[in-house]
Amino acid sequence: MQFTTTAKTLAAALSFAVIAGCSSGGGTQDGTGSGTMDTDGMTSGTSSQGMNSGQNMNVQMPDVMTIYFEFDQETIQSKYEQVLNGHAAYLKANQSASVVLQGYADERGTREYNLALGERRANAVKQYLVMQGVSASQIEVVSYGEERPAVEGHSESAYAENRRVVFDY
Amino acid sequence: MRQMLRAALAFIVLALAARTAMAANDLTIEITKGNDQAIPIAVVPFKGEGTSPGTDVAQVVADDLEHSGRFDPIDRKDLISLPGAGDTLNYSDWKMINANYVVVGKMTPEGNGYKISFELHDVLGQKRVLGQYVSASRDQLRAGAHFIADQIYKKITDVRGAFSTQIAYVSATGTDQNMQFTLNVSDYDGYNARQVLSSNEPILSPAWSPDGKKLAYVSFEGGRPAIYVQQLTSGKRIKLTSFKGINGAPAWSPDGRRLAMSLSKSGHPEIYVMNLADRSLTRLTNSSAINTEPSWSPDGQHILFTSDRSGGPQLYEYTLGSGQVSRKTFTGAYNAGGHYGPDGKNIFMVTRDDSGYHVAKQSLETGRVTVLTKTRWDEAPTIAPNGTMVEYATQRGTQGVLGLVSDDGKAEFVIPSTKGNVREPAWSPFTD
Repeated sequence: MQFTTTAKTLAAALSFAVIAGCSSGGGTQDGTGSGTMDTDGMTSGTSSQGMNSGQNMNVQMPDVMTIYFEFDQETIQSKYEQVLNGHAAYLKANQSASVVLQGYADERGTREYNLALGERRANAVKQYLVMQGVSASQIEVVSYGEERPAVEGHSESAYAENRRVVFDY
Repeated sequence: MRQMLRAALAFIVLALAARTAMAANDLTIEITKGNDQAIPIAVVPFKGEGTSPGTDVAQVVADDLEHSGRFDPIDRKDLISLPGAGDTLNYSDWKMINANYVVVGKMTPEGNGYKISFELHDVLGQKRVLGQYVSASRDQLRAGAHFIADQIYKKITDVRGAFSTQIAYVSATGTDQNMQFTLNVSDYDGYNARQVLSSNEPILSPAWSPDGKKLAYVSFEGGRPAIYVQQLTSGKRIKLTSFKGINGAPAWSPDGRRLAMSLSKSGHPEIYVMNLADRSLTRLTNSSAINTEPSWSPDGQHILFTSDRSGGPQLYEYTLGSGQVSRKTFTGAYNAGGHYGPDGKNIFMVTRDDSGYHVAKQSLETGRVTVLTKTRWDEAPTIAPNGTMVEYATQRGTQGVLGLVSDDGKAEFVIPSTKGNVREPAWSPFTD
């Protein structure tokens, strides 16, 4: 197994390290930091969906790791489809890669019920990725509910930032 | 004498429990609303107390009585005389300041502590109705005071006092990936807090075993939720469940032999009951909706739980044996986190209205709902084992704190935290 990627953000670099640790075939790493991971990168990822090999030299890990949800909703907003398609392409191209989908809720309501809401959101993302052809075995769902707020406070903007699913590679 | 022995035993247990770092004043109660129909009672500063270090025993007794919502302790500045235990009372003095009852006491040094004598006088009946003493070591004076308040409460109301009980709660600091969580146990009023568990992963839903010796809780140690059961005196614990998905909302059966819980290993959260002897699981719900927050009825025959099978979260009751499920809440679009009161006649829950999330009580007989708290972010009600007080999680500014309200909603207190965001209170059972 070998793959090449470029790392720009710290988050991507850390995730990369985890995946590198998972690969057993002595893969090469191209961590020059000079590459870009923008929408173009994701688009090129999408275009490679036809590939079913466990190796891909070109599909980069998307740099957007978080998508957000409306109040009391687990519906994936269309504006995030491109992000999810990028992750789907990456996971399909790197079948030894695995991801934990962390589901989160805002603080309103009881903690255990919010764990269930967070799980529903993460499951909705999982379902979307599986529909795109990602193997379910590459995906794990862990709900944190309202337990790890990205932002503290009782404002609508804080809530909006806390209702999220995070890709944790 | 028997009382003294029982108290002494209680202190030994408390002393064992207190072996780890004590943070005496992590939480202290402030009054937010008093009950003007409460029974006026004068609690006179105990004689000889000047020699005691730190603890104002009479004040702790007065505070306890006030927290119940049933009593209105008279201001010390309004007391016209300061008798101690054994002194003759002039009842007309106390009638003049409208005290229905008077508590007097005396503290005599004894060994490493005090012998605390106390008396309860009925002003209208003009007689002493209670006279006892309790021995307490110097660092257990608060426990001695709670014991005294329990005796007074029982004598006047004929209901067992719950002031010697404890709470477990979770405290958290930080945000996102930089958080610290602790599980703590303290006296019901927040004093004598000690840490049971510390983790940089979430801890939630502590639940006391019916014998008061163990806590079940959910901990995300290792990045996945699991249900643990921990012995409080030894600190020993077992990981009871770590199935794929949610392992949540542990709730002990009244006999302590089973644990109800919410597991999503089937794909979505369902209510299960685990037999603790062999860890066998029985699934109770099968609805493809969210099913969580189980709570046992005191008779062990029913389990109340939250489900959104009708759209939003509402409370349902499962009957063991028949498997019948009936919806219990119909007022408002959000009712969750339900618990039976100890008499099994009322349920306590979180309800949402236009002004936010509040703690409410619903009669199972009439369906009548009484909203007990008025602040905006009230949740996680936990009921004192005598049913007279409810603690809950609330917010002060952006800080999570605990609130205390009488079960009729008439008296309300807040227990500010000096450390982190406090939440998830769980009231202990009676432990003797």
